[in-house]
This record gives sequence, structure tokens and C-alpha cells, in this order.
Amino acid sequence: MNGVALAAHNLRKRYDGQDVVADVSFGVAPGECYGLLGPNGAGKTTTLRLCLGLTDPDTGSVVLMQKPVPGEARAARLRVGVVPQMDNLDPDFTVTENLLVYGRYFGLGEGVIRDRIPQLLEFAGLSSRAASRIQALSGGMKRRLTLARALINDPDIVFMDEPTTGLDPQARHLIWERLKQLLAEGKTLVLTTHFMEEAERLCARLAIMDRGRFITEGSPRELIARHIEPHVVEVHGDGVMGWADGEAAKLASRLERSGDTVFCYATEPAPLLASLSSGEELRYLHRPANLEDVFLKLTGRELRD
Amino acid sequence: MTRIFGPPLLSLRFVPVWRRNLLVWRKLAIASVLGNLADPLIYVLGLGYGLGSILPEVGGVSYVTFLAAGMVCSSTMNTASFEAMYSAFSRMHVQRTWDAIMNTPVNLDDVVLAELVWAASKSFLSGLSILVVIWALGLSSSPLSFWVLVLTPLIGLTFGALGLAMTALAWNYDFFMYYFTLVMTPMMMLSGVFFPVEQLPAPFQAVAAVLPLRHAVELARPLLLGQVPAQVPLHFAVLLAYAGAGFYAAMILFRRRLLK
Repeated sequence: MNGVALAAHNLRKRYDGQDVVADVSFGVAPGECYGLLGPNGAGKTTTLRLCLGLTDPDTGSVVLMQKPVPGEARAARLRVGVVPQMDNLDPDFTVTENLLVYGRYFGLGEGVIRDRIPQLLEFAGLSSRAASRIQALSGGMKRRLTLARALINDPDIVFMDEPTTGLDPQARHLIWERLKQLLAEGKTLVLTTHFMEEAERLCARLAIMDRGRFITEGSPRELIARHIEPHVVEVHGDGVMGWADGEAAKLASRLERSGDTVFCYATEPAPLLASLSSGEELRYLHRPANLEDVFLKLTGRELRD
Repeated sequence: MTRIFGPPLLSLRFVPVWRRNLLVWRKLAIASVLGNLADPLIYVLGLGYGLGSILPEVGGVSYVTFLAAGMVCSSTMNTASFEAMYSAFSRMHVQRTWDAIMNTPVNLDDVVLAELVWAASKSFLSGLSILVVIWALGLSSSPLSFWVLVLTPLIGLTFGALGLAMTALAWNYDFFMYYFTLVMTPMMMLSGVFFPVEQLPAPFQAVAAVLPLRHAVELARPLLLGQVPAQVPLHFAVLLAYAGAGFYAAMILFRRRLLK
């Protein structure tokens, strides 16, 4: 495969007079893991639907696996796997039947599908569950089966809409491990998430989206270096607001307040820490800046539902 | 816009979706066939023999014989309608099965076509099981009655298409009750299922003339009695017109709902 796996150019989608996706352009190289980050309602899922040709953009264009979308979306989707946000496994079928029936949608022969099923079950850690009904599976198992189902056509690119939302840490780590395995096999991944840890672990490049627009794009490290000071000191306790207005305002390059916690961002944290160790009643945590700090700086701290 | 109002893009990709529904049905086949049989059997036995025993001949035959043709048509209509509404709605809206399918090379148009053909397939099975009972009870012995087997999938296409258009508008199961009580039940009363249309006042007869179920009954009743129906092309044309218009309306409504 050469060129780009996915290219979106100036995508725009309006619902009821409001831009849900606006001026979105990005490209994903073969073998790359690309992340779309954003709060709820940022337009991540709509962007994926536009890329898959499931809805038409008002303006703009998509090329997926060298095919124009939506024009040749059907041909493009032959090479694509999709892990949707909501589990939509077939509840009437067993684990194996789910994979078999899904493979038929790609026009695969019965023999080809049956040959692939054991490997996919092993990949998903479900070999012992081949004959289980879907209702008998845990949330993590269902997610793994959904991932296995997305691989039934041996796709070159896999789209994942919040692949680990609602999973416990064990299940989440297992999914991450499997996704890294897919990257090692050379597959291209495009995922949406609002877990910063997930994005930092998996994505070579990512874009932060808000209100339908791309705010910034780059590797996790680039984004941290570009948008935020390297050190963060989180401070809380009695008198923290007074301390913030006084000493911290002079020592930190930037302050953010959230509830009764003050976030101090600094290039040089030593003076802040010295000031804190003299103030008895203040408790604090000093840590390196991460993607979540970038995210919150760029999209704000207020709730989005 | 062309995508919403364009003609249905039909392809053989609908076949795996139809096979999916068949695989589910096979798991519950016995219950499903019994369900298909129980309702019409209760009507034929209860109304046919019960009510029939106090009635003189209706339309020149015993009441139970008269009713049998009506039951074949209304049962296949019900089977297709239930499948296209409750079952298709479950797959589309509750289980999100359609979403999963549309992430593959199968398009929405293929999915809707598969649901329509599936509804017609179930109608055929339902019609076949009732016919077996009719033959077993000796209510029809003419070879012409085999032609009813050709008619049942057509009834299925007609009411499957109309049901799918309802499904495209529905946001919960309760919505379908309006269709059943305001459209299907009156249609059964007006279409000559239980009594000859000629018993109705003239204005109602005029309404009955444009109802699809009426045209289905006009074909099924003579066939079961061993007669060649009159105006066969007209009845077929009306059923096909409802099927085509219903399918196109359903397609537009589903595209507006799911591809926006």
C-alpha cells in the first residue's frame, strides 16, 4: 500500500443550521495510529461517519484506501474494519455465528471465513467461548469480539469509535495490547477517544476537536511541548485561594482553578515547591504535564453534555 | 438530495442480510410456524365452524370455506406487517444490527431490500402452513389452490413494503398500534375477509376497491374454490403498485433517518 490510507479535505457537515463538523482536514499514513480527541459532542463520531461514507458532507471530500467517498464507499469499505461506539453484536447468535454472518456481508466465501475464525477467537481471547451466546459475555469480552468481528475481512485500516469506553482497567489494557499488535502487523488505526492515556499510549499523531473543528494536531509530545508548560503542581487545602492570589501568581507562569484545587503550570517548578513546603496546611502534587492538561487548556473545564 | 430521493440502488449484497434473518428464524422455527398457524386456525375453527353453523351459505359456499380464503390473505398480511415493523424495528433501532451491517460493503438500500424480501419469505411460509391446514380440513381440493402459493409472497411484498415505511417513521413500538388499529383492522373489515364486500354500503365498497387486501382476497378466494379469478392483471398490478410505492417511500424515509 502506498500514499495515504485516509485523506479528508475541508469536511463540513451541518445539522439544523449548526456546524457539527467544520473545515476538518487530515491525513493518515499507512500503518499509523491516528487519534481524534474531543469532549462529548465535539464531532468525532460524525467525522468517522463522513470518512466511511455513511453520511454525505455538505462540502469537502474524503479519499479512503484510494477510493473517493461516498462515491466509491462500498469498494473502500471492503478494505476497512469498524469498531462502533455502541456494541451491536447479534444477540440471537453465538460468538462463532457472529463472525460467520459478518464475514458474509463482505462477500467472503464460507471456507475463507471458517478458516479465519479460530485465529480471530484466539486474538480476542475467546477460543473457549466459541459456542457461547452473546448475553453470556462480559462487557470486555463483547468489546474484544467486536474488535475480532472488525478484522474478519483482514482490513488494512480499522476505525474505532471509543474502543475502551465503559471497560474496567484490565479489559482496557488488554484491548490496548491487541491494538498495538495490530499496529505491529502494519494495520492503520483511526480511533476516537476521550481517554488521554489511551491517546498517549497508542497514537502516533492526534487531533484535538472541539465544536466540530480541529483545534490542534500533532504527536502527543509535540502537543504538550507546543501548548503547555512542562511542570504541573496541583494544590489544595485551606487557604489555597489566598496562596494562589499571592505567591503562586508570581511564581507560576499560569494558574487554573477548578473547585477548590489550583493547577499551577510552570517551566521551572522549584520556587513553587519551595513556597509550598513552607505553607503547612497546603497539600500538593507535582507531576509532568500530560495530554490531559493540553486537552483541558484547549477545550476548557466546563461540562459538556 | 439525489442520495435521498434517488431510485433504490439494488444489488445482490442483500442476500447475506436475508440469510442472517433466515439463520435467526431457523433457531426459532417451530415456535414461529406454530405462531403462524395458531391465529388463523383459531379464526377458521372458531368463526368458521362456530359462526358458520348458524349461517346459511355465504357467497355460494359454506362459511368456513368462504372464510378460509380471507384467512390466508389476512394472515400473510399480518405476518409481513409484523416482520417489517416489530422485527425490523428491533434490528434497526434496538439491536443496532443495521448499523453493524452498514459498516461493511452492504448499503442501506441492500438492508431495506433484504428486510422486504425476508418479510415476503415469511409470508410465504405462513401462507403455506395455512394452506396445508386448509387442504387437510378438506376446505379446498382444487389444483388451482396451488396458485395461492404464488400469491402469498406478493401479499408479503405489498404489506412488507408498507410496514417498512411505518418502521422508518417509528420511534418506539407503540407507534405500530396506530397502523394496526387505524389501517389494518378497518382494511380487514372492508376487504371481504369475513363477509362479502357486497354487504357493505356503496361508499364503503368504493373504498374497498382501492385497498390492497381486497385485491388479494379477490385472487385467493376463486383459486381456493377452483375457479380462475377475474381481472387477474388488475389485482396483480394493484398489489405491485402498493409494493413499489411503499418500498420507495420506505427507502426515502430510511435514508433521511439513517444517512443524515
